[in-house]
Amino acid sequence: MSEERHPLDHLLRADRLPHIWCPGCGIGIAMRCLVLALEELRIPRDHTVVVSGIGCSARVAGYVRLDGFHTTHGRAIPFATGLKLANPDLTVIVFSGDGDLAAIGGNHLIHAARRNVDLTVICVNNFIYGMTGGQFGPTTPLAARSTTTPYGNFEPPFNLPAVVAASGAVYVARWTVFHVRRLITALREAITKKGFSFVEVLSPCPTGYLRRNQLGDALDMMRFFKTQSEIRHGAPPAEVGIELGRKLILGKFVDVERPTYHERMRRQLAAFFTEPYVEKASEEVEAKEVES
Amino acid sequence: MKRGPAVLTGVHFINGDVACAEGALAAGCRFFAGYPITPATEIAERMAERLPEVGGTFLQMEDEIASISAVLGASWAGVKAMTATSGPGFSLMMENLGFGYMTETPCVIVNVQRGGPSTGLPTLVGQGDMMQARWGSHGDYETIALAPSSAQEMFDLTIVAFNLSEKYRLPVLIMSDAVVGHITERVIIPPEAEIPIVNRKRFAGPRGAYLPYLPEDDLVPPMVAAGEGYRVYITGLTHDERGYPSTSPDVQERLVRRLVEKVRRNAHDIIRLEERGVEDAEVVLVAYGISARVAYRAMELARAAGRRVGWLRLITVWPFPEERLRELAARVRAFIVPELNLGQIVREVERCAAGRALTIPVLRPGGAVHDPREILAAIEEAFHV
Repeated sequence: MSEERHPLDHLLRADRLPHIWCPGCGIGIAMRCLVLALEELRIPRDHTVVVSGIGCSARVAGYVRLDGFHTTHGRAIPFATGLKLANPDLTVIVFSGDGDLAAIGGNHLIHAARRNVDLTVICVNNFIYGMTGGQFGPTTPLAARSTTTPYGNFEPPFNLPAVVAASGAVYVARWTVFHVRRLITALREAITKKGFSFVEVLSPCPTGYLRRNQLGDALDMMRFFKTQSEIRHGAPPAEVGIELGRKLILGKFVDVERPTYHERMRRQLAAFFTEPYVEKASEEVEAKEVES
Repeated sequence: MKRGPAVLTGVHFINGDVACAEGALAAGCRFFAGYPITPATEIAERMAERLPEVGGTFLQMEDEIASISAVLGASWAGVKAMTATSGPGFSLMMENLGFGYMTETPCVIVNVQRGGPSTGLPTLVGQGDMMQARWGSHGDYETIALAPSSAQEMFDLTIVAFNLSEKYRLPVLIMSDAVVGHITERVIIPPEAEIPIVNRKRFAGPRGAYLPYLPEDDLVPPMVAAGEGYRVYITGLTHDERGYPSTSPDVQERLVRRLVEKVRRNAHDIIRLEERGVEDAEVVLVAYGISARVAYRAMELARAAGRRVGWLRLITVWPFPEERLRELAARVRAFIVPELNLGQIVREVERCAAGRALTIPVLRPGGAVHDPREILAAIEEAFHV
């Protein structure tokens, strides 16, 4: 008798299923897009690491069959920075939620972008703190109800693409879990991009957000993503803020070249030390020449 | 310029912070992430200068939380890593320190203590973080904390700290102080071959067979690094031997007991003490860090006056050397505990004395070290009770 196996089992920890996410949650789709992107990329999986903080999205680190680190709340990026700089051969992907990355971890987000550490940050934005039961967060739209904004939210939200672009990210894109093909492409590009890349993934939280705001169920949100989105590649990040009653602007907003932290460090130190910096720096120049 | 040697063998005239950095390099530390803070900044400065010479990585982070997080990440990349700070930064590190204990991540955290609470006395000495070192992070755990008393010990104990951290897989704390960090004295760095180095136990078996949290007889599980193909899942959640999260009280019991027991059961290997004149002593001074050096002078003065006074220096403060203190409590008249806080380690001494010997605190809330005569006065008091 042959055992039935899912074609992505080699990239998922099937022994950890079922997952913790609610029916209608979009995080599973985002995870599947990551796995499919990795499948298409064929980068060495043993050198691919997923780091997360705390929250529903952060559970992804424990469902993918890769080295996974489920760190403390907000600290996935600095942990990933240490991992990447101590072993530059690793492909380091941070997968976490908007509250984790942009509120408690906001300082690390902007500084990693400024340094241009070679990380890929995937931020699932479901507009709410899901794990703790639906409190407003740094991305919750104005007037939205949450358990801690019972009279409606009066804190303006972050426009995340603008925040990271202004901080120095070299790749910035936003998609929704409805746009899976485009999301997979974006993740592939972000993972292969050298430097700090950021993909915001809009996702429904039926339990914590939709229900409390009379926005219907997850399907309604998917319909919303389908009908109320406008794809504008290259849109100035400052103009893509999410506001109630306005179309969601999706696309690839930033894709530029800037030396990574590691490249700048090696270049700077090569002026002082013969090795290892000079040797590796010249290898890098050679590699670039071959590419062009 | 060529790559510099990691071990600067020879006789140096350097301050404690610099000696600490050199000790780290000699121990094999190749990653440092930190944030400037008085009086620990010189450790970061020295590491910034020296790590590139030995092919290591120095990183100045945006805050102390990021610093310890990067250190934990680097450790999981298989690199020995350290951060250094003082009180305010130490407070910020507490949560991630707990992540280090829970995930059994070797690393070294240096706290060059200054007067507190809050911003307190940035440039002046204190020993007010000793209990925070033991209990500062939430939940149950055991730690290892060492207290250097000299620039030489900043070098020596940093190596010991790395070795213990690698051996028992946990963050090890160096609880220094502003005087020991800034004192400039002779430091002898031995030849590299004479420096004992311990490296973490590595799992080298087949990939499918690795259980990240399956301990060996010493209660310490062998470790792997990210990128080695073992596909580990490491979480701060309560986890089973596979590293998988669990909400079972049995798993919690097994894990947390082991985290605590691996230190308690190996206390004999971890604890380091220095004693003088304890054999015939009626009164024993118990001190650590800079206060131990001041207490030594008080002992000399008391001895010169004919008092049978001994001196016990805690090199390892945590785990607390309960056994030795209990032995002494059975035969001495009193313990005298001078420290630069308003009563922290003295409580431990009192607990071990358990009423069998008197415990006399000599306390200052930091800002200056004791005058040996204050301690001498306490000695006289002990002989007159």
